[in-house]
Amino acid sequence: MTITGATYVTTRLVHLSPVDVVIVVFYFALVLSIGWYLRGRANTGEDFFMAGREMTAWVAGLSFLSANLGALELMGWAGSAYQYGIMATHAYWIGAIPAMLFLALVMMPFYYISKTHSVPGYLKLRFGEPSRALSAISFALMTVLMSGVNMFAMAKVMQIVLGWDINFSIWVSSVTVAIYVTLGGLRSAIFNEVLQFFLIWAGALLIPILGLYEAGGWTNLKLQIVQRTSEQYVHVWSGLGSFSNNPMGINWAGIVFGLGAVISMGYWTTDFLVVQRILAAKDIRSAEMAPIIGAGFKMLVPIIVILPGLLGLAVLPEKLVPESVAAATGAHSYNDVLPLMLARYCGPGLLGLGVTALIAGFMSGMAGNVSAFTTVWTYDIYRPFINSRSSDHHYVNMGRWTTVIGVLISVGTAYLVMQFASIMDYVQALFSFFIAPLFGTVVLGMLWKRTTGPGGFWGLLCGTISSISMWAWVKLDPSALRYVALSPHAKGLAQDYYQALWSFIVCVIVTVVVSLGTKPVPDSELIGLVYGLTEVPSVEDVPLYQKPLFWAGVVTVVFVALNIIFW
Amino acid sequence: MISIWFFIGISLSVNGALILAAGIYELVNPPVSPGVQLYYLHANVWWGAVLLVIGALYCFRFAPGRRT
Repeated sequence: MTITGATYVTTRLVHLSPVDVVIVVFYFALVLSIGWYLRGRANTGEDFFMAGREMTAWVAGLSFLSANLGALELMGWAGSAYQYGIMATHAYWIGAIPAMLFLALVMMPFYYISKTHSVPGYLKLRFGEPSRALSAISFALMTVLMSGVNMFAMAKVMQIVLGWDINFSIWVSSVTVAIYVTLGGLRSAIFNEVLQFFLIWAGALLIPILGLYEAGGWTNLKLQIVQRTSEQYVHVWSGLGSFSNNPMGINWAGIVFGLGAVISMGYWTTDFLVVQRILAAKDIRSAEMAPIIGAGFKMLVPIIVILPGLLGLAVLPEKLVPESVAAATGAHSYNDVLPLMLARYCGPGLLGLGVTALIAGFMSGMAGNVSAFTTVWTYDIYRPFINSRSSDHHYVNMGRWTTVIGVLISVGTAYLVMQFASIMDYVQALFSFFIAPLFGTVVLGMLWKRTTGPGGFWGLLCGTISSISMWAWVKLDPSALRYVALSPHAKGLAQDYYQALWSFIVCVIVTVVVSLGTKPVPDSELIGLVYGLTEVPSVEDVPLYQKPLFWAGVVTVVFVALNIIFW
Repeated sequence: MISIWFFIGISLSVNGALILAAGIYELVNPPVSPGVQLYYLHANVWWGAVLLVIGALYCFRFAPGRRT
């Protein structure tokens, strides 16, 4: 983004009517009321940081999904759909579903029975203190940066849609999140995330319904898109044979291995922002069912995110442009497609709900980041390295203060983000810095008992450094992209996906080599932490339709069918 | 403890009622220039009604004190 601050002025897309304002104000009142109601139920560490570990599968699952329905989901991927066509759906299908099912069936039992408070906490149990420190610090850094991205995206959309001052939007949203997370801890964040899930669907679903009506149905929509762009904009897989044959500038290997097997696995299975919601589940079956429920709904999210972007290609009279061009010319950018579609169809009342849905999406992402940051800071940085002997009450107070401080750091980050060229590229770069190597470390630790503490630490460190090095290399010399992404026709997202793949491979190789050169950990110390040495609690005493494996099978069948239908 | 689903019912009910009321007002007092595409479908009337009904069901089903 090249917006330089609050003085940036644009013509607002819509004017809120009184009923719209009432709906927005009611939303803020309700989330604050929920935080106030839950304030008395966050007095212990287990309550404040883990929501008492009493969430049902549905609450944990919808919260798991909603924590990810932030600024990137709503605006960024709608913009990507306008830019790349239906291929952007990969972020929701192969870029999410396999990883969610892997989390549910393979990794969650280890997280859950180890009773860890966080993913860095698991690394401490498996690899020792250095790995936890490296993971916790990198996660804390990434979290506040992500939170800043969320804040800026929200302020930007409020500026475009409503003409609100960018500072006003940042501070109102951040103060609201700070209040309700400080009062009710993770339980408050989860309650509001589930509420936001419903608001997002209620507010955003009308856009594809009315858009398809205007376009004359799905078949006519595809015809209009092809007329305005090319055939590859309406196919998910068929253009992925080569880098030059699709608008995303990537091939199938980058999508399958870079996005599906590394970035997605890393994000959905080791990013504590989302995993924390599952750790709050009340029992092992709920912990396994929650990601499967999330996966079921995740497959539907393209209806309210990707479809509006595609509809924008067909029905919007103006042509949207990249952020850099938009800043220079005053035209609307790709990232504006969702608010533009909202303004196109939504009159009084509906507009207020649509704006509320956007605010809810942004705030759920922000609250997720802040609550995860608070837990990791308190349990994985403050307690082990700064003050290890205080009472549970002290750590709860530390959590409340950290929530406020985390929000303030995020606000600072939001102003920093304004200097970057693209929201999406920036966050994708962050993912591959930290998430891909962390997945390599965690999955090797869980599945291979020979992995040692030094192996885990050096693998994680080298993977992260390799990722940052590749990013810096391409930044300094853009022509280096042909080497990182294996093609002179590769584009930005290809770099992110291949960069993640290489850093994962570096992490795995270093972890294996160092582990084989160091003393093995006795089996007795790995019980509850490693596959093959741990007796995973059984959920076999329930009917077939209540078994996680059954529903994972159902989701898999639908996932495969969708990819074939939209091939 | 009040169920999260009750809060969702409250949210959907209030929003649905407000949107439905705005839609009915527009039906009675049609604007000279609607300002949105497909205005003639009166989406705020039927969408507001749908939200109101779903929200009311949630409120009833998960009301505090009611055994679920």
